[in-house]
Amino acid sequence: MADIQLKDLVKSYGPTEVLHHIEGDIRDGEFIVIVGPSGCGKSTLLRMVAGLESVTSGEIAIGGRRVNELEPSARDIAMVFQNYALYPHMSVRQNMAYGLKIRKLPKDEINRRVEEAAEILEIKQYLDRKPRQLSGGQRQRVAMGRAIVRDPQVFLFDEPLSNLDAKLRVQMRLEIRKLQQRLGVTSIYVTHDQVEAMTLGDRLMVLNGGYVEQFGTPIELYDRPASVFVAGFIGSPSMNFLPVEISTGHATLPGGGLLPVAAAHSGAATLGLRPEHLKEDENGPLAIEVDMLEQLGASTLIHGRLHGTGHSITASVPGHAHDGIGSIRRFSAAPELTHLFDTVSGKRLAV
Amino acid sequence: MVENRPLTAFLTHLVLILGVIAIALPVWITFVASTHDALRMNQAPLPLWPGDYFLVNMKQTLFGSGLSGTESAPVWLMLLNSLAMALMISTGKIAISLLSAFAIVYFKFPFRMGFFWMIFITLMLPVEVRILPTFEVVANLGLLNSYWGLSIPLIASATATFMFRQVFLTVPDELLESARIDGAGPLRFFFDILLPLSRTNIAALFVILFIFGWNQYLWPLLITTDTSMTTIVMSIKQMLEAAEQSPQWNIIMTTALLAMIPPVFVVIAMQKLFVQGLTETDK
Amino acid sequence: MLKRVHFPTSALPYLLVAPQIIITLVFFIWPASQAMYQSFLIEDAFGLGTEFVWFENFQILATDHHYLASFQRTAVFSVLVAALSMGFALILAGFAQRVVRGAMFYRTMLIWPYAVAPVLAGALWVFMFNPTLGIFPYFLEFAGITWNHYLNGTQAMALVILAAAWKQVAYNFLFYLAAMQSIPNSVIEAAAIDGAGPARRFWTIIFPLISPTTFFLLVINMVYAFFETFGIIHAVTQGGPGTSTTILVYKVFNDGFVGLDLGGSAAQSVVLMVLVIAMTVVQFRFVERKVAY
Repeated sequence: MADIQLKDLVKSYGPTEVLHHIEGDIRDGEFIVIVGPSGCGKSTLLRMVAGLESVTSGEIAIGGRRVNELEPSARDIAMVFQNYALYPHMSVRQNMAYGLKIRKLPKDEINRRVEEAAEILEIKQYLDRKPRQLSGGQRQRVAMGRAIVRDPQVFLFDEPLSNLDAKLRVQMRLEIRKLQQRLGVTSIYVTHDQVEAMTLGDRLMVLNGGYVEQFGTPIELYDRPASVFVAGFIGSPSMNFLPVEISTGHATLPGGGLLPVAAAHSGAATLGLRPEHLKEDENGPLAIEVDMLEQLGASTLIHGRLHGTGHSITASVPGHAHDGIGSIRRFSAAPELTHLFDTVSGKRLAV
Repeated sequence: MVENRPLTAFLTHLVLILGVIAIALPVWITFVASTHDALRMNQAPLPLWPGDYFLVNMKQTLFGSGLSGTESAPVWLMLLNSLAMALMISTGKIAISLLSAFAIVYFKFPFRMGFFWMIFITLMLPVEVRILPTFEVVANLGLLNSYWGLSIPLIASATATFMFRQVFLTVPDELLESARIDGAGPLRFFFDILLPLSRTNIAALFVILFIFGWNQYLWPLLITTDTSMTTIVMSIKQMLEAAEQSPQWNIIMTTALLAMIPPVFVVIAMQKLFVQGLTETDK
Repeated sequence: MLKRVHFPTSALPYLLVAPQIIITLVFFIWPASQAMYQSFLIEDAFGLGTEFVWFENFQILATDHHYLASFQRTAVFSVLVAALSMGFALILAGFAQRVVRGAMFYRTMLIWPYAVAPVLAGALWVFMFNPTLGIFPYFLEFAGITWNHYLNGTQAMALVILAAAWKQVAYNFLFYLAAMQSIPNSVIEAAAIDGAGPARRFWTIIFPLISPTTFFLLVINMVYAFFETFGIIHAVTQGGPGTSTTILVYKVFNDGFVGLDLGGSAAQSVVLMVLVIAMTVVQFRFVERKVAY
């Protein structure tokens, strides 16, 4: 078990810097999810922790020990790959035992660990099969088993569920979480799926274009997104954004409505409103001209435009919605559930 | 077949059978020649049906003194020489090509591309275009009349290197990463992961290279002057020359048969690997 | 070309490429450069001294009618070998591809000559055509043809062409068959529904679709006829009668080892090298296009 420190971490390929001064403290036993769109550098960051990519500058420490110069095998980590990377010519048992054999563990110790891991993952009956004789979900378990038997200080997961179908993905997600809680091993998990990130992580590191946008618990990210990017990335359906003018605790909406907000300053800003925080209100300042309804059963999504403007806006209302395409419906939002961002930097404005 | 017309089906088989006969005819005649005695083989027209001297001819060819009037090694020794040469060439080519392909694909080092092109150039220099100077090099190294001289100058191989490079490039990167996390160094990765994964490619290439090695002609002709180093394929030419004085076609054709049996057997017995090897190396 | 992840730099990769590189340098590049160097030298009549003469050897070649005739002969020889063996292979593959039952049998029976050494192929054919004993001269006699390839240059050429083409049919057949089998069945069926009979389908659908293979085989067969048929010539005719079957690669050998004309033989080697390089370039160009196709 160990904590991990990322100190002023930079990665460049030639003159191009792809990760910019990453900072992060990961506590012992914590489950951290690195999330972001493709190309944001999340896999690179994970591979740097693993030792598969070199560190340009800065430092990675695992359990207080600087590991920048260490070979992957010397870092006491285990990694689960997106395509599982099982050795195709070895049986499940040999796959799991390979690393231990190289470390010259005694035979009965290797056997004990493999059996134990197989027991936990319920793959005992497949131990003598080759990877190609297994289904996707079973391969996934073998890949996890290979990580478990090493009894490492850190688990690294590189989008391990993206090759599974939707149903299996939900199931494996829960199993990974349970397993991690049971073993208590510090874990870093990379994904581009925000739902996976929210449900798995103790804390989330949101990466965008090589910068850390925000590092916090799922609830912090949802309640107080640090930037327009995080606000738009976390939560489904996505947050609505409107350009507004702030003065004396009110935001002037495009088209003229006045919405009370919790704001200390005045001037132009970007207003963020989550669809689920819009309440239907006959006297509400937000007039939405309905374009389309999406019935989800428990709730209904109303897609439309702010009346008299081109700004599209989505609201989520409980229950079944009545037919009303083309009609105008009015909404309001509680001031404490509104978000304000700087129009230029996109950063959250202090209240 | 799209339609089912008995006449076309019959015609198809007829053409194919005629083709098979045309292809097999020279070898049939050779086989027939190896089953008659020397006397019968000196009367025109030659027989088209086997006689019963096959075992006698075999015995005389393999263990006898060979053709009368010539001084040559016994045929069994020639077969051994051919086998040694073919095995040295094929395993040698495979070994050094595996190693260089591994280096070129899995390491980044100065002059990597330089080495790659140097290997590529060998493709453009068949032995036929550099006969004399290569002969001089081998002579200066004192390798004439040796197995080393027979095999080593032929074992550099661009095609084998390219093929293994291609095979290695299809091995997912994650296997290497996984192996590194498991603590496997380069050589361990090579022997534990890469070699087992390339098994069938190696076997397929071996089939092709064995035939290539066995059938070498010009090269052994140049560098072996000692009769005890003669290979079976080379010996045919000497026998043909001798036949102009005293024809003993039964022995010559038995020798020819013995010379073609091993590689032909390899093709037929390992047909799948042979086809794979042939199509892979010519990509 | 290179893996995304690779092992750290060390002396190891140099050790790994060393055997291949050393052999390449010692037995390939050094001799080839020697051949190039020697092609600029002329030895005096007594073999006592050599003179650096730049391109004189090449000029001699360019005006040597023996050499030019050999060039022409090689061209005729390779074109005929390629045409004969590819044509025969194409017909056989076209029929074999239609067979369901016994396909494996036919394939096996048609590919094994690949394993026969060229010099053995030569021996087999020279035996069949032996003027006094051979089967074929015996039958040709009835047709009023007197066969003696030891005296008749055209007959000698025909014999080496037959022997060389016979051996190469296997290779061409295999590649043609593979190419035809890779054509989707639905295309053939569509043509059948359009009313095309087997022969018409072959010439209007199958043959155009396998044209890349035809081109590829043409190059391979030319290389084969140029370089790998040495054994056949050496066993069957030794370039004769006269010089009627002396193709380029046989002439290099003969002038160098028998005639001991080092400069001239080296110049011929260099010309051959240029030819191989040209053919290799064409072949690789083709491979690139095949990938794009």
